[in-house]
Amino acid sequence: MDTCIHNALHLEAPVDLLFSGEHIVSMTPVGLQPIPEGVRVIDAEGLVLMPSFIDAHVHLREPGFEYKETIASGLAAALHGGFSDVCCMANTRPVNDCAAVTRLIYEKAKAQYPDGPFVHPIGAATKQLLGQELAPMAELHEAGVVAISNDGRPIASTEMMRRVMEYAADFGLLVIDHCEDPTLAEHWVMNEGVVSGKLGVKGQPVVGEALQAARDIMLAQYLHLPVHIAHVSSAMTVALIRFAKEAGIAVTAETCPHYLLLDDSALEGFNSACRVSPPLRSSEDRDALLAALNDGTIDILATDHAPHALHEKMTALDQSLPGFSGLDLAVTLTWGLVRENVIAEDALHRLWCRRPGEIFRIPTNGFAKGDFANFFLFDPHETWTPNDETLYSKGKNTPFYGQELSGRVRHHFIHGKQLF
Amino acid sequence: MMNTDNRYLWQHKDLLDCNQLSCDDVFHLLDLARSFQDIHKRPVRKIPTLQGRTVVLFFVENSTRTKTSFDVAGKRLSADTHALSLAGSSLNKGESLLDTGLTLEAMHPDVIVVRHSSSGTAEFLAKHLSCGIVNAGDGWHAHPTQALLDCYSLRTVWGDAFAGKTLLILGDIAHSRVARSNVVLWTKLGVSVRLAGPRTLLPPGLSTWPVTVFNSLDEAIEDVDAVMCLRLQLERQQAGLLPSLAEYSKRFCLTSKHMAKAKPDAVVLHPGPLNRGLEIADGVADSAKSLILNQVQAGVCVRMAILYLLATRK
Repeated sequence: MDTCIHNALHLEAPVDLLFSGEHIVSMTPVGLQPIPEGVRVIDAEGLVLMPSFIDAHVHLREPGFEYKETIASGLAAALHGGFSDVCCMANTRPVNDCAAVTRLIYEKAKAQYPDGPFVHPIGAATKQLLGQELAPMAELHEAGVVAISNDGRPIASTEMMRRVMEYAADFGLLVIDHCEDPTLAEHWVMNEGVVSGKLGVKGQPVVGEALQAARDIMLAQYLHLPVHIAHVSSAMTVALIRFAKEAGIAVTAETCPHYLLLDDSALEGFNSACRVSPPLRSSEDRDALLAALNDGTIDILATDHAPHALHEKMTALDQSLPGFSGLDLAVTLTWGLVRENVIAEDALHRLWCRRPGEIFRIPTNGFAKGDFANFFLFDPHETWTPNDETLYSKGKNTPFYGQELSGRVRHHFIHGKQLF
Repeated sequence: MMNTDNRYLWQHKDLLDCNQLSCDDVFHLLDLARSFQDIHKRPVRKIPTLQGRTVVLFFVENSTRTKTSFDVAGKRLSADTHALSLAGSSLNKGESLLDTGLTLEAMHPDVIVVRHSSSGTAEFLAKHLSCGIVNAGDGWHAHPTQALLDCYSLRTVWGDAFAGKTLLILGDIAHSRVARSNVVLWTKLGVSVRLAGPRTLLPPGLSTWPVTVFNSLDEAIEDVDAVMCLRLQLERQQAGLLPSLAEYSKRFCLTSKHMAKAKPDAVVLHPGPLNRGLEIADGVADSAKSLILNQVQAGVCVRMAILYLLATRK
């Protein structure tokens, strides 16, 4: 039966969304044409209609770290967080550096969530993520990886990075790089700056990220091959990417909601809940990232969803594991930026849906006839508090834990099916 | 801020760093420490003040003098002190910091004195445990009882005339909890603080600190009232922060020649243990200007005062 989402708000205009089976039929302003006879009508008054989002950077922890997160719990968080597609990083145990692991991830997801959200595994760039030997990308490609990355274990050797980019190009696989010079500020705890100096903890300077980003950009230029810079955290890296794009170099980049909402002052009082990699930077870096999202220098948003167990965060700052749980909260948090007029509502669709769809070749819903009916309805006024009961992810490690937030995903349809 | 009713009340559950203390707190604590001073001279060096109270010394980093100092302080006040060191603690067996803390608390101590190589450990325990926590040094972050005993020592020379004095802290500032706590305490008391050391041993963000920074000892020491020499950890050279200990010594070892440029009655402090000939010359360490041994004695008095205030807090 055809369904009509009636009177939802799409980019501030009330619309009727008609879909049939898995696909969109039409989206029209309310009242422009009558709702056809015999159609199931869902009243969505007051709810914001958005296309399902893509999270191009998550850690689902399975296989190997099921106490932190499982594919099922991660997908539950994605579903309730408004994501129809998630790209999961390779730093599992065993590492996703062979077809067997890639297939296992697909199978687990399909068994638990046959109708979506969908996983798109990212293969390791080097065996075991050790940075020594190329991962078998032909095999990984055949098994269906969406990209290649050594995320979590940055590639120190420029020679190896070059070979990764070249070899991945044989399969048209995009290389995603976690940019961090591992020889600069080993065992860092947080951003190097006023706060780290005061607290007496080892800081990582922004240069640690920018240096590797510059390396990747120059390799991309020299090799005429694309590279994607993961979780950009600093103004210095933004400037390099801006330069690269102006020079026509094939670089794309992402940043995460937490770099837009928090800065390193959040670590005052040794708040280990706010330890993340790359670390939260200064407020100037935060401003530069917001500007870069608005002018397109940074292409997409991603959560870098990094669930951890409570005991891994609840300890001294330098002993706590870096990372935030992100899938449950990302839409709520970034909607806050729309509410404050920091970014436009349409930019949210671009950053979370259209651009990641283009970069990772995942079909997205542009609300045109024939598009997959992937969308969610969001109540911008509902208030809720992230806690053990409300978060679907097993990772409760968000800096926003216990804070009242405004706006929440209410319903999510994937391929025309209402999954909640 | 002055108490309007003149009846001072210590309000802190823990001593984590000097920034939590008001000037009133500091002077009250130092006065109290002074009142304990004479106990050391008695034939029976013990008073029953903290009889039946329990103090746990939880030292997860090598320390002899600070631990002994707290131990002596507790015993002089008749508290039962129990030492737990890294080798003997189950942190070595993989127990989490929080679990160790909760286990210690289950033994109902009044105060836990903690030394740990991770900055923020004392604050973490204070947040999760209801007993009093004394920070006896956390990573590079803070060492408030050291700063307070430094203050106690200088007070014996300066009296209460702190304002307008100039103190130079010399050496490895970046990795020094002693430096951080002293900067906080002295600037609170109106003392101008200078820092000197090689750029590789200065912390980031120093331009926001209320201090003047020098790269040369000769310039830094001019007309200062006191010099606090920091211990240079020998591993800084291996970490690539210094070309050699010899070159460090050439640039920053405190000698009598330098002291001649300070005020005539300038004094010298050092938290110990000393690397003689590296950061401080024998001639200075053993001179009449040196307060180094007074600092050790002051340490016991100040720690008695801290234990007393935390253990008897209502």
